[in-house]
Amino acid sequence: MDSLTQLIDGFGTALTPTNLLLAAIGVLLGTFIGVLPGIGPAMAVALLLPVTYGLEPIAAMIMFAGIYYGGMFGGSTTSILLNTPGESSSVVTAIEGNQMAKRGRGSQALAAAAIGHFVGAMIGTTALVLLAPVVAGLAVDLGAPDYFAVMILAFVAVTSVLGRSRVRGFASLLIGLTIGLVGLDEMTGQSRLTFGSLQLADGIDVVIVAVGLFAVGESLWVASRLRHQPGEPIPVGRPWLGSEDLRRTWKPWLRGPLIGFPFGAIPAGGAEIPTFLSYATEKRLSRHRDEFGSGAIEGVAGPESTASASASGTLVTMLTLGLPTTATAAVMLAAFQQYGIQPGPLLFERESALVWGLIASLFVGTVLLLVLNLPMAPVWSKLLRIPRPYLYAGILFFASVGAYAVSGQVVDLLVLFVIGLLGFAMRRYGLPVLPAVLGVILGPAAEQQMRRALQLSDGSLSGLVNTAFSVTVYLVVAVVLLWPLLRRFLPRRRAAEPAGA
Amino acid sequence: MTTNTETADPAEARPRRSWRDRSELGICVLLLVLGVLVLIDAIRIPTDFTQRGPVGPKAVPIVVGVLLLVIAVLLARDVLRGGRGESETGEDVDLAAPTDWRTVLLLSAAFLANAVLIGVLGFPISAAVLFWGAAYALGSRAYVRDPLIAAALSIATYLLFDGLLGVPLPGGPLMGVL
Repeated sequence: MDSLTQLIDGFGTALTPTNLLLAAIGVLLGTFIGVLPGIGPAMAVALLLPVTYGLEPIAAMIMFAGIYYGGMFGGSTTSILLNTPGESSSVVTAIEGNQMAKRGRGSQALAAAAIGHFVGAMIGTTALVLLAPVVAGLAVDLGAPDYFAVMILAFVAVTSVLGRSRVRGFASLLIGLTIGLVGLDEMTGQSRLTFGSLQLADGIDVVIVAVGLFAVGESLWVASRLRHQPGEPIPVGRPWLGSEDLRRTWKPWLRGPLIGFPFGAIPAGGAEIPTFLSYATEKRLSRHRDEFGSGAIEGVAGPESTASASASGTLVTMLTLGLPTTATAAVMLAAFQQYGIQPGPLLFERESALVWGLIASLFVGTVLLLVLNLPMAPVWSKLLRIPRPYLYAGILFFASVGAYAVSGQVVDLLVLFVIGLLGFAMRRYGLPVLPAVLGVILGPAAEQQMRRALQLSDGSLSGLVNTAFSVTVYLVVAVVLLWPLLRRFLPRRRAAEPAGA
Repeated sequence: MTTNTETADPAEARPRRSWRDRSELGICVLLLVLGVLVLIDAIRIPTDFTQRGPVGPKAVPIVVGVLLLVIAVLLARDVLRGGRGESETGEDVDLAAPTDWRTVLLLSAAFLANAVLIGVLGFPISAAVLFWGAAYALGSRAYVRDPLIAAALSIATYLLFDGLLGVPLPGGPLMGVL
């Protein structure tokens, strides 16, 4: 067990007093930002990026792990107490969680969510420890055509599987790819879409794109349609679970990762589908089926554990292949790149101290999250009452700090604003934001891999499909793309809409 | 899940034939303009020298540009057939309300003021202007509390980032005095 010793070394790194403190600060900051209404985990991570700029890479990653889990947990608190989920992964939690809160069982809902997160993250991270080195080992043999194929799969999956409209998904992806083109061509150094500007020659920093689309875009969008009576959060006491509730929740907690982790790990992930699946499963298996729709605790415990494990699964593809499949993972990849660290199969060899330190701090962060957040839940719930003008003014404030801190140039603030306007328009007209972010991050990498593959084959297009792996991936891509057509020929199934409750 | 529907919820797409309803065509125009821009730029890239390998720096921009044009047309077709993008929902979003352009413009002004002022007055002042301006734009009218919060937030952030976290921000004349 080579990875076990490395993991122990990782704990050695993560448990030094400084790093432990950073992880705790990360968890608290992440929860603080994540609880704020309107801020999902992706925006929380993007807004908190500049906090880590001055730190060493390992320290920054450790703080990041805390921010990541804290942000996710904060989001579920918001959806339970306000019934308006900030991210797709907590949509399901809101269904039962808010009903529970309305019936005076908010404390139990929060506890079921918090412990669900804990269990999901523990099992998910353990699976990550076991799986990631294996995947990295396999991925070392992958060549340029394979990487290109996987990236195409990620593009197609994120535009077709998630979201309601494919055209709009592809439109968003293409906008992202266009932003990714700006700057000097990495292979020949020729400038593209820079319009003679020196500042644009460096390309548009991914952090600015993420902050612009998530934070500035969201603020402008909310400002244009501000609800003048904000939703009233339900007051809540200290989370706890009685023995009856424990009897009902332990199985959903353990089942969650079984559904969540695999879905997170495939590059068509996201937490939307697995959390709905978990909800449907728990509903079917529950002895309290009649309570579903009016506050069944299984409907909180299962999906929360699933979402958390799915986030760990996402890290497998992110760390070993450099492929982010959720918005939050995309922002994390951007953070890695800030430090000049390129995730991929070689990461585990070249930066093994960093990777295992990160993985160890995922465990540490999970424990801290539970220890800190159960007692602090009443405090967090007060944050839901923050006056909205201050909330969105604060988001814009920290978005500017983040963009300016990237390189200390005013032009970055202007680029941030333009991208924010784009994010506003995309929200208004139902263009999903994630494909654009993915396009910016993966577009340049995909282009490099494609050109490398074609270089090897001397320009023949067969160079893109000369491995069994890439052919398989393209078959999957074809199935995903042609699914609407294929489905007509399949026998019609009963409409299984899990949200139909 | 819903992979086959190009259109949004049909109940929502009940066609009321007016330009306001079709404003989504603006996105098509945006995609079209982007596509043309990318293509023109791509064609202008000189490839006679520094070419390495069979695929130069032109290929991908040309593909992206063409796809932008194709998607612009497909989206226009979808919109004209009554398809509507679903506006994003959120905790504080009231989809029934009309777009409040005044707030958006004021907010943009506050944001751009920060960009203009940060080099001249330094971060603590310009960011305070941003916060206060944004809070004002969003409807806060506490003329004592708002600027106090703004000043406290921006000075605290400056000290935290510039001092503790090692992220340099311009102090400006104010910090020169203090």
